[in-house]
Order: sequence, then C-alpha cells, then structure tokens
Amino acid sequence: MTEAKRVPAIEGWYTMDQAQPHLLGSRCTSCGTYFFPKQKQFCRNPACEGTAFDDVPLSRTGRIWSYTNASYQPPEPYVSPDPFVPFAIAAVELEKERMIVLGQVVSGTGVEKLRVGMPMELVLETLHKEGETDKVIWKWKPLAGARS
Amino acid sequence: MSGEVAILGVGMHPWGKWGRNFVEYGVHAARAALADSGVRWQDVQFISGAATMRCGYPGYVAGATFAQALGWQGAQVNTSYAACASGSQALAAARSKILSGECEVALVIGSDTTPKGFLAPAKGYRPDDPDWVRFYMGITNPTYFALYARRRMDLYGATEQDFAAIKVKSAEHGSANPNARYRKKFTMEEVLGSNMVADPLRLFEVCATSDGAAAIVISSLEYARKIGRAKAVRVAAISTVTPRFASSEVEMPDIATDSAAVVEGHSFRASIARKAYEEAGLGPEDVSAAEVYDLASPMELDWCEYLGLCKPGEAEALLRSGATRIGGRIPVNPSGGLACFGEAVPAQALAQVCELTWQLRGEAGPRQVQGAKVGITANQGLFGHASSVIVKR
Ligand SMILES: [Zn+2]
Repeated sequence: MTEAKRVPAIEGWYTMDQAQPHLLGSRCTSCGTYFFPKQKQFCRNPACEGTAFDDVPLSRTGRIWSYTNASYQPPEPYVSPDPFVPFAIAAVELEKERMIVLGQVVSGTGVEKLRVGMPMELVLETLHKEGETDKVIWKWKPLAGARS
Repeated sequence: MSGEVAILGVGMHPWGKWGRNFVEYGVHAARAALADSGVRWQDVQFISGAATMRCGYPGYVAGATFAQALGWQGAQVNTSYAACASGSQALAAARSKILSGECEVALVIGSDTTPKGFLAPAKGYRPDDPDWVRFYMGITNPTYFALYARRRMDLYGATEQDFAAIKVKSAEHGSANPNARYRKKFTMEEVLGSNMVADPLRLFEVCATSDGAAAIVISSLEYARKIGRAKAVRVAAISTVTPRFASSEVEMPDIATDSAAVVEGHSFRASIARKAYEEAGLGPEDVSAAEVYDLASPMELDWCEYLGLCKPGEAEALLRSGATRIGGRIPVNPSGGLACFGEAVPAQALAQVCELTWQLRGEAGPRQVQGAKVGITANQGLFGHASSVIVKR
C-alpha cells in the first residue's frame, strides 16, 4: 500500500511540516507590521511607505477569539466528502502578531469543546481529496495539555 | 446647522421576490417619493442612483437608467456603488450637490432584483482572491455573523433565547409594515426550532435576499421653505467613513484581520456612528429610534453598542428590559429590519432613511415610535464602506 500524496491546498500559505506547521506571512522591513496572507508590494500601514517584505512564519499558537461551525454543506469551491460532515471553525488571535486568523477546527472537535480564550495550535489536515492526493490545509486544534 | 438638507419625500416599492426588472421597482419608488414631496420630476436637478451589480449594464449606470425610465429631462446624474452602503453614498452625493449650491432639489434611488438560482463564486482555482479562499475552506457568510454571536455568549452571557427574542421582536414590528416582505409573526419556539445554520445561528435568524426599492427627494432648506415645507424632516449627518489601520474586526470575506502588532487596533464599526454624531452635533442620548444592519438577528446587539445606545456588554440587558421594542425607551428596527425585508443591496440604506422619516413625521401607523425626534441608521458595505445617517426634526 502506498501512502497518499500530500500537497498544500493553497500553495505558499503555510509550511508542510507535519509536526510543527506555521502559517507563512510577510513582515514590512520598514515598520515591522505583519501581514497574512502575505503582502508583497506595499505596506498597508498608512504611516509607512515600505515596499520590501520578509517572509516570516507566524506564531503557531494563539487563543480563540470566537468559533462556530458549518452545519450545512457550503457551496463550491468547497469540496465536500459524501455525505457532508459538519465541521467547526475558529477565529484564533495570535498574541505576538495581534492578528485574528480563521480556519477550520480539526475533525472530531465540535463547538461544544471550544470556548473563547482557549489556547489553540496550528496543525495540518486534509481539506479534501483529489484522486489519490490529499489536499492539505491549516486547521486549529485545542492545545494539548493546556488549561481551557 | 448649515450642513443640513430637507427630506421632502420618501417612497418604496414593497420588498418581495417578484422576479421583475429592477428599473420597474425603482421607478415605482421614485414616483412614490416624488408624489410625497410635491416636487415634479421635471423640476429635479440631480438624480443619484445606487448601483446594482446583478442586473448588467443598466445596473452599473443606475442613475441614468432611472432618469431615462422617468423620462430624460436634462438633470445632472450620478451613480454610486459601495455594496450594502451604496444607498447612503448616493444620498451623500446628492447632499453634497445641494450643499455646494450646485442644485436645489435631488432624487435618490436604489433598487435591486434577486438573481435566479444560487449566486456561486466564480469557478476555477483562484487563491489570490480572499473571497474564493474562504469559500474553498468552507467559510460562508453566516460563519462571520455566528462568530460575533458566539463571542457575545461566552463574554457577555448572551443566550440563544436572546437571539430568538430579537427575531420575534423584529417580526412583530415588521408585521405592521406594508412594505415588508415577511409580515408573519414568529414565536420563540418557531425560531428556536428552526435548523442550526452556523452555531449558534438558526435559519430564521439569518436574513434573506429580496427584490425591493427605496427613493428619497431631498432639497436645500431654502427650497423647502420656498415650497412651504420648512418643517420637513432633515438629514443632519451622513457618515461614509472607511476603516483605520489596523482594523481589528473580523470582516467578511477576509481570512485574517490586520495585525495590530505595530499600529494600535481600531474598531471600524464603532467609528461609523461616532462620525455621524459628531457631524450632527448630537449624541446617543438624543436618539429616539434606530434602524440597524441585522444580516443576522444577534448583530442587533452589536449595533446597539456601536451606536452607543448602551455600553459594550450591556446590549443583552437592554434587549431584555424591553427598551428596544416599539413602546420602549429606544426602539431598534421599528420597520422590522432586514429580518422582515431581506437584503436588497442598493436600496436598504435608503429604506432605513425612509422608515425614520415616516417615524419622525408621525406617519408610521401601528409601528409608530411616539414622539420620535432623532433617528440614526447603521449599515455596512463589504470592503470598508460605512454608512450611518442621522435624521431629525
Ligand atoms: Zn510598513
């Protein structure tokens, strides 16, 4: 049996390190502001005219700002398993970057297990399959061992 | 104040799902507003349309489309687009023309028709488009509304009953509104028994998409006096502010907020009314009624706070006290709001002004807010468009 091929569902938005994945943002070299998705051409800080950016991995942990779920199958381009399986969604605030990032919550974790303020970590999971290939996306997962 | 203009006439086409051309609704609303104003169409010097993106080229040039439909008469023309805030921008354009002295009387129109079938995002693999990315990840519009509702539950103790009570209240208000699409009253059991869409949001708490139109005739105060309408309701402020970086609100269709690591975060929604109050020289304590942007019922709670009707975290108490229902201290959405109308994008910000004008004139019939003197609207268009209008008498 061969292992399914894993490729990013969205190229260049996160590292494919299965153990310690990071979202990939950019940081203005003039004022230090972070951007996700990456900003590459001009800084959006109104007091900055920066045009140079470094690619930076963002913090891979943060706290829940809020959460919900998808009880119904979303429309395309979402690719649904058959039958559709509801999933939770979390908006997680990264402390260092002071930025809230949305993402699905790992499969098997429903809203009843989530709370505002709960520590979460970034993981990779399959968003959908395309033939034998797993299209992988970032997801939020309750941080193991952390107090909720 | 010198920055004011008079609202001479308001009119609407009833909201619904009629499946007809948007021009037809727009003309209907315009004729109703003109009749209400006593101004002849031939005397209108500026026509300001709110664009629709759903009806092809005539929708992109809505101002001219309406002018032609009403009969070309040489008026100057404008068309505005700002998503759900388009109506306020069309109104602001007309007000500027009047305040600059370029014209005395203007007609503002917004109208829309719902597309047939489901409006899906464009096909293909388009990772550079944040709207495509979030749909690809299964993040739909109700996701965003639900995130705000859930946060209130965890932080302020909002309950599912509170959210359902808002829907019940809106339906009660809207049941007495002949322009509303949905006039059925709801019980708590019906709302709480409807399917969960995005936890904690239920189906009956999310607004629909509708056909509808609204129109407004405004003039200089001088013109109003000249035609014997010195006491007409006035537009005291229009806020069309954009966000300030770093915008700290989770906004549809974004996947992430701005980073506030270097520049302090700002609440865009709180800034919308602040500008309107400043311009009008009024404050939340002066407001008699508010029309707010209830894409989903729980959002009414957030808007009560953004408008300063109560302190952050106190909107649930305000709701439970009965203050926000007609007959209460500060009725919110006496029209029934989007819960009863559904969204008709270019028309909805104008419909809010129509409602408050009727309220301030004492012409709102069974949904009248007694003694209403000042009204405020709140609306928000995607991609950084604010909309808040203050009317007073
Ligand atoms: Zn910069």
